[in-house]
Amino acid sequence: MLEIKDLHASIDGKEILKGINLTINPGEVHAIMGPNGSGKSTLSSVLVGNPAFEVTKGSITFNGKNVLEMSPEDRSREGMFLSFQYPVEIPGVSMVNFMRAAVNEHRKYKNLPPLSASEFLKLMREKRAVVELDNKLANRSVNEGFSGGEKKKNEIFQMAMLEPKLSILDETDSGLDIDALRIVAEGVNKLKTPETSTIVITHYQRLLDYIKPDIVHVLYKGRIVKTAGPELALELEEKGYDWIKKELGE
Amino acid sequence: MSLNSEKQYIDLYQEARDLICRHSAPVINSLRDKAFADFCRIGFPGKKLEKYKYTDIKSCFAPDYGLNLNRVPMQVDPYKTFKCDVPNISTSLFFVLNDIFYVPEKKTGNMPDGVLMMSLKEAAELHPELVEKYYGKLASTENDGINAFNTAFVQDGVFLYVPDNVVLEKPIQLINIMNAKMDMMANRRILVVLGKNAQAKMLICDHAELGAKYLSTQVAEIYAGENSVFDYYELEETGSNNVRICNTYVEQSASSNVLVNGVTLTNGLTRNHVNVVLNGENAEIALNGIATVDKNQHIDNNTNIEHRYSRCTSNELFKYVLDDEAVGAFAGRVKVCQDAQKTVSQQTNKNLCLTRESHMYTQPQLEIYADDVKCSHGATVGQLDENAVFYMQQRGLSKKEAMTLLMFAFVNEVVDSIRMEPLKDRLHMLVEKRFRGELSKCSSCAKCK
Repeated sequence: MLEIKDLHASIDGKEILKGINLTINPGEVHAIMGPNGSGKSTLSSVLVGNPAFEVTKGSITFNGKNVLEMSPEDRSREGMFLSFQYPVEIPGVSMVNFMRAAVNEHRKYKNLPPLSASEFLKLMREKRAVVELDNKLANRSVNEGFSGGEKKKNEIFQMAMLEPKLSILDETDSGLDIDALRIVAEGVNKLKTPETSTIVITHYQRLLDYIKPDIVHVLYKGRIVKTAGPELALELEEKGYDWIKKELGE
Repeated sequence: MSLNSEKQYIDLYQEARDLICRHSAPVINSLRDKAFADFCRIGFPGKKLEKYKYTDIKSCFAPDYGLNLNRVPMQVDPYKTFKCDVPNISTSLFFVLNDIFYVPEKKTGNMPDGVLMMSLKEAAELHPELVEKYYGKLASTENDGINAFNTAFVQDGVFLYVPDNVVLEKPIQLINIMNAKMDMMANRRILVVLGKNAQAKMLICDHAELGAKYLSTQVAEIYAGENSVFDYYELEETGSNNVRICNTYVEQSASSNVLVNGVTLTNGLTRNHVNVVLNGENAEIALNGIATVDKNQHIDNNTNIEHRYSRCTSNELFKYVLDDEAVGAFAGRVKVCQDAQKTVSQQTNKNLCLTRESHMYTQPQLEIYADDVKCSHGATVGQLDENAVFYMQQRGLSKKEAMTLLMFAFVNEVVDSIRMEPLKDRLHMLVEKRFRGELSKCSSCAKCK
């Protein structure tokens, strides 16, 4: 599904990603862990085409298509979704209008007619239930005045609406209390199908108790330095990152 | 340029004074010579005047415009030929063609007893004592060249009178149309008087047909009696061939509630001055505006609110979106006099500059002489939030669509303050069309099609 080869990326001339190689197959859940500043969020930003970052080398293909040639909106319409670490507040744009525009853009891309108002509201209702998102929030401006937990729920709600093939969850667990964490994680699991894949970026094992990864990677100084099964996350939780640094000879 | 601008009008006045007066009414004529003398003394306002520093008024008057001093009527029935962009919103509809009030063939709307809605000239002839009491009392010619010029040359206008305790349910809609084969100047006057507990709404739509260059001056005087409620909306949809210079004066008695909302959707050069005096306790003014300007358009909103009595409230909100090489200016002064304790005043001006070539000048001013007040003011000039644009792109919206939604959201705060639901809905649509570039012409106007 996703193939990243020798990916280098920089921001303001400073190289952050220094040769990432990663392959994700349909149905797989990959966790990416690593100490602060290792490049995890940069990787997710580059995948969805954030213009702040410049790709200097390497390639990304998604279902056979060259991602680096696609606009951010086309990456979304192709099925790539990022749950933002810091969802943006958009005063004056209601969730309903925003989601209607988004869903219909996706449909247009697939040559489907736009949803009628009643079909759309039915879809909203259905998907809201996935993350127990309050109806009041759906009628408010996008993320405006939402609590940290509500913002993250809202990200997963949008994911449910757009039904992406690849979901990237960038520290979706940060700022969540235990109940919200469970709801958000259960939401992600409900949306999981054998055809869809997930990248979970996190610092903590906690989230991985709910969203079980197939493969765990450690990102360090812009490179993936270790890849193993789910047991790696437990080991990191217990021992921290120092032993990996030692393995690397630092 | 400095003297020439004035000279052609000074000569014209001296030649045509009798003609001007003959086609007007004695009450209107009575202020004319004094206004002319004031105009000769002070001339058009230059850019050195603080109040006019952002708009070169003098040069606006330099071209040779024709004036219809003979009051030759336009040979059209606007009720049949013209449809405004704000149709079917259940208003009592009236037209001003250039500066001539079009007298409808049949009575328009069912006005409650005692309400007068007619040409100012007619009103001045039928009810001279009423018009005389209010005409020219707020728009002083002493120290404002525009007021002086307008008062010297104006022949007619619109008069609305709502007596005490009368509620005018149906809004008045007044459509100004500039339409001539040659370059044309129009000098209009609006006089609104609301008695105690009276209520009314007025919507003025400004249009300019293609084909010639136009300049209009408009002086409006609005008296809101004790405990009255008045909404005054102005919607400009003209073009690059139009100059609009407009002074609006509002005087509010105790406990009156007035909303003034000026929307500049498309224009050429526009200068609006709004002056509000809160002249009684517990009066409330909401003074709002929107400007969406592009190409070489110029919009200058200059406002002044004076709190003279205690416990009055003023809320001011102006939002501009400037594209291409457009220039915007906002200067808002709020003066809280010594006796105006417990004043609540808020002034906000927010502006989006979409290009590096667009310019915005903003000047919020607060003068407080009382010591127990709650006042704030603020202004911002900036760009669309790039993070928000990207966030929306990540959900599948094109960059253009994301920007349109954000601009729409930006000005909606002002649209939502409108207290006429059908107009609000209509403006939501017009603003969206404007941002989508679909509003170069008015869509429903029979003439433009």
